[in-house]
Amino acid sequence: MSSAADSNSDGRRNRGMLKSYYTQGENSGDKQFDLDDSSFKPDQYLDFLLKKSSLNELMHQEEEIVQNIRSLDSEMQTLVYENYNKFITATETIRKMKSDFGQMEEEMKALSENMDNICDLSSSVSDTLQQKRSGIRKLAGVHTLLQKLQFLFELPARLKKCIEMEAYNQAVRYYTRARAVLNQYQHMPTFAGISQDCGSIIYELGNALKEKLRDSEASSKQLAEYVDLLLQLEEPADSLCDEYLISARSRVDEKVQELEDVLEDNSVDILEFVDIGCNGVLSNVSLLVVAYNDMFLNRAKANTELDSIALQKVSALVKEILHKFFELIQKRVQLEKQTGDNAILVRALDRFHRRLQAMNKLLPTAELATLATEIVYNAAKDRIDHYYQALTDHLGHCITDIRQALAAPKLISSNLDENSSTPLQNLVQTSVSSLVEQIKAVLANLQAFIATDITFAMKSTFRRPFCFDGVREGLVVRFLRRMLEYLNELCEKPSGPATLLLLLSKLATILEESTIGYLLVLVDEQFLIVQEGDVQFTNPQTLKDEAKAAAKKLLNNYVRLEGQTLSHMVRKSVETRDWLNTIEPRNVRAVMKRVVEDTSSIDSQVGQLYDDMEEQKKDRGSDSTKRSASGLMKSSKTWSFTPSTTAAVLDNSAFMTNISKLFSDKIDIFSEVDASRASIMTGIIKIVLKTLLECVRLRTFSKYGLQQVQVDTHYLQMYLWRFVQDENLVHRLLDEIVSSSLHRCIEPSLMENSVIELICERG
Amino acid sequence: MEDEAAVIYGLEFQCRCLTAQIAETELIKFLAGTQSLKHDNQVHLIEYDDDHNTVSKDVYAHNVGEIWHIAACPWDKTIFSTIYSKTVESKREVTSTLWKIPESDKHSSQDNHHAKELTKLIDFGTLDYGDVNQVIFHPSTEDHEVITLVDNHILQWDVGSDECKIKNSFSLEVKGQKSLTCGKWGPHHNCVQICTANDTTLRGWDLRTKKSVYTIENAHSQLIRDLDYNPNRQYYLASCGDDCKVKFWDVRNTKEEVKVLSDHSHWVWSVRFNHFHDQLVLTSSSDSRVILSSTVSISSETYGALLEEDNINDDNTNDKSINDEENKRVPQQDGIVKIYDEHEESVYAAEWSSADSWVFASLSYDGRLVVNRAPRSERFKIYFDGMGED
Repeated sequence: MSSAADSNSDGRRNRGMLKSYYTQGENSGDKQFDLDDSSFKPDQYLDFLLKKSSLNELMHQEEEIVQNIRSLDSEMQTLVYENYNKFITATETIRKMKSDFGQMEEEMKALSENMDNICDLSSSVSDTLQQKRSGIRKLAGVHTLLQKLQFLFELPARLKKCIEMEAYNQAVRYYTRARAVLNQYQHMPTFAGISQDCGSIIYELGNALKEKLRDSEASSKQLAEYVDLLLQLEEPADSLCDEYLISARSRVDEKVQELEDVLEDNSVDILEFVDIGCNGVLSNVSLLVVAYNDMFLNRAKANTELDSIALQKVSALVKEILHKFFELIQKRVQLEKQTGDNAILVRALDRFHRRLQAMNKLLPTAELATLATEIVYNAAKDRIDHYYQALTDHLGHCITDIRQALAAPKLISSNLDENSSTPLQNLVQTSVSSLVEQIKAVLANLQAFIATDITFAMKSTFRRPFCFDGVREGLVVRFLRRMLEYLNELCEKPSGPATLLLLLSKLATILEESTIGYLLVLVDEQFLIVQEGDVQFTNPQTLKDEAKAAAKKLLNNYVRLEGQTLSHMVRKSVETRDWLNTIEPRNVRAVMKRVVEDTSSIDSQVGQLYDDMEEQKKDRGSDSTKRSASGLMKSSKTWSFTPSTTAAVLDNSAFMTNISKLFSDKIDIFSEVDASRASIMTGIIKIVLKTLLECVRLRTFSKYGLQQVQVDTHYLQMYLWRFVQDENLVHRLLDEIVSSSLHRCIEPSLMENSVIELICERG
Repeated sequence: MEDEAAVIYGLEFQCRCLTAQIAETELIKFLAGTQSLKHDNQVHLIEYDDDHNTVSKDVYAHNVGEIWHIAACPWDKTIFSTIYSKTVESKREVTSTLWKIPESDKHSSQDNHHAKELTKLIDFGTLDYGDVNQVIFHPSTEDHEVITLVDNHILQWDVGSDECKIKNSFSLEVKGQKSLTCGKWGPHHNCVQICTANDTTLRGWDLRTKKSVYTIENAHSQLIRDLDYNPNRQYYLASCGDDCKVKFWDVRNTKEEVKVLSDHSHWVWSVRFNHFHDQLVLTSSSDSRVILSSTVSISSETYGALLEEDNINDDNTNDKSINDEENKRVPQQDGIVKIYDEHEESVYAAEWSSADSWVFASLSYDGRLVVNRAPRSERFKIYFDGMGED
């Protein structure tokens, strides 16, 4: 109660103080009327109240004040009481404390006394023990020294024992502990002895360890341990590297040997072989490298110089081993040539490539990835070369087939009238399509190399050269080139029937027109080859041009060859006949019939492959006789004057023909021909007729000789005109032949045209 | 000299044969023989006047038959030989004769209608052997010898003394075509070798042993028409034939030709090296063209060849330096120098002049004789290169 009042009054006072603080100067007048304020003026307040308030209010005010006074009084009372109470309690407590402190002081005093006693005692004890303690300390020192000495003296024996027990680890630990001491006191004879003993033992130990190291039976882990021990024995890390590498090498070599042994084994396919190789050789190499890294490279007290040497060593070794390994792989891959299946090869290569990829992370310096890609690329290239060879062989077979087919008599004697069957055309078509099929098959096979699930196929270092340099340029373009080259070679040194040249020229034409373009597009599509700016691409057009040139060359050579064959026949027939002593012509000479026959058969052959360019410019059927007759009429007109004129005029006719020649073009005999039937035939016939002309000029004729020539030429004219483009050309040549033989005739008298016609029509 | 136009001279009859008058070194003279069955044949001695670019002629009667071949003697310019045929009782006989051109006063014989007479020196009695194909004079001027190719026989005559006798004779004995169609006397090795052609085979002979020393079978795919020795480079010769090709051979290697020219479009009837600049090769053909080609790469005037012959003992060690030297100068190129197409008929003969190394004549069947001169650009090229070498 008292406390409450207390706090209440406190609060009020405080409030008042705060209020006075804040309201100071504001309304100091009011403070005078505040009962709680210190500057309260009771009189003024009273006056104020009296003046201001009504009675009622005054009453009320009075009442209130009384009440307040009363409550304040009671509050005061309570506070006083309370404080008194407290005071009393405090007095009591103080009194109690006073008595307690008295006790405590006594105890403290006792304690102090005891402490003094203890101090005294302790100092006395310490004094007494002082002397003995130093003695003991000395003794303890001597003891440990002796122990160490003992250890040293026992060391050789211990070491021996350890070695006997093969506890190399222990031995090395002992030795390393003693080594420093031994080295330090080496000048003293006893220690020198021990040192020597230990030295020799340790040397043995070292040897034993090295022996173990060389032991091929030991596992890699053991090896690592031995090497570690040897390193602790301060063997030079350098030579240890070598030792270790040699021993590791021997084990890898074993694996390589194993691999080599299966190399020739046909029952092991390439996939298996690569597996064996990867598991045997590559795993071992990885183990070797890992262990080596642990032992020599990743050591705490790393010596960078030594490290680099060690790294070099291992790289060199790994490289060497891998080279050997790669060689084997390559050999094996090369053995694959015989088989046609790429899938297994590619899978094997892929596996190999992946494994090496992994190895690469282990030993980045050896550039294994590049090597691996190289090997794969080489393998791919080998395949390509192999296919190229196969294609070339196939080409050879095709040509041989064609040769054989040509040698078969049914083809040669094939009749033109059986229009549906054009065996030559078929032969060309089959050859071309078989070649194309072959190339397509090869391409399909090669696609295995760039299948999406093959890792190396995704590498740009492989893919681009493979697709571009390899397949496109190296295989397809090269093969096409080779083919054209072959055709050109055939032109230079013609062998076999002339028809072969004709046929091959058609083949080259087909190549030019469709096959080359088709194949190159096919390759580009299948191998996703995109033209890039700076790369040297073989343009399909250049190949086409080459093919066109080859076709032309072949055709020209065909014409030349056929022409010369016929020429030879004609030349022999003219040279061997005695034209001065010949009977009156009754028949066309057999050789001319033969020429016409051969020409027809050549024409039918050519007709199977090459069309007439102009559509049927000559009607080969009905009015041929009429045409030939008219042709003859035309040509005979020129000569019909000569027999009646004198010999002088006859000689002048040479002059006349010269004049006529001035107005006509020169005839190129062995000239280029177009790829049309008529052009080809014209070419051949020109050669034959020119030969006849030249041969006639070398002979001398009698009257009947001349007439025989007349008959022959007429016969030729009758049958040859329909083969050629320009009839006049044949006529001109025939004119020259007859006029030349007229010149070479000792008694020039021509035969009647009607008689000639009669003889010719008779056969 | 400005005028490089060809000079054309017409013979009245058809002609096949032409030769330069070899012994004549001052004047450019050619001999041509005619072929006519009905008229008296003639030998035309044609002189080309360099300065005035004109042609003058002397005509000599050749009454014994039509002329198939004519050859000039190297030691006497008045002597030449002809091979001619005549028909006796419907049999054709081919024989050869050595003629001498009689001394005459040139100026008095303006009248060309009357052909002058020739003096017959020697009739080669070869009828027993067969038809004569070729008469070849000994290339040197000292030895007065002649070889006649008669069918498959090679007859060597000594014509120095008055009486003419066969000094040496041997025959080609093979199967098939063995008639020796043409031949040349090799100017190298003391003139002990000749080369002949039969059908498609080239054959070299040693006159001392009468044995064949080399044989090139199938040198051409068709009949061989002519051959010529490179006058300046031993072992090298050229041949031509019905396969339209001209081939160059090093007879030490008979397997393969050194070079092939295939510029003609019909049979090539003659091939001739220029006597001084053997890179210039003249060919004529029945395609009525005459082609002058340069084969400098295999001629004696290549730098390489000159050095090679100097250092023939050094073997191949100098090859590099030779090549280097060749690269320094721009070498003359192989190829056609010029195609001459003044002829309208087959050209059976073309010959270089012996007096002027740049002049040559060609003769076509219609009797047209054309005298030409190598193009000036080519001459300069050869001159300058020659100076460069000195």
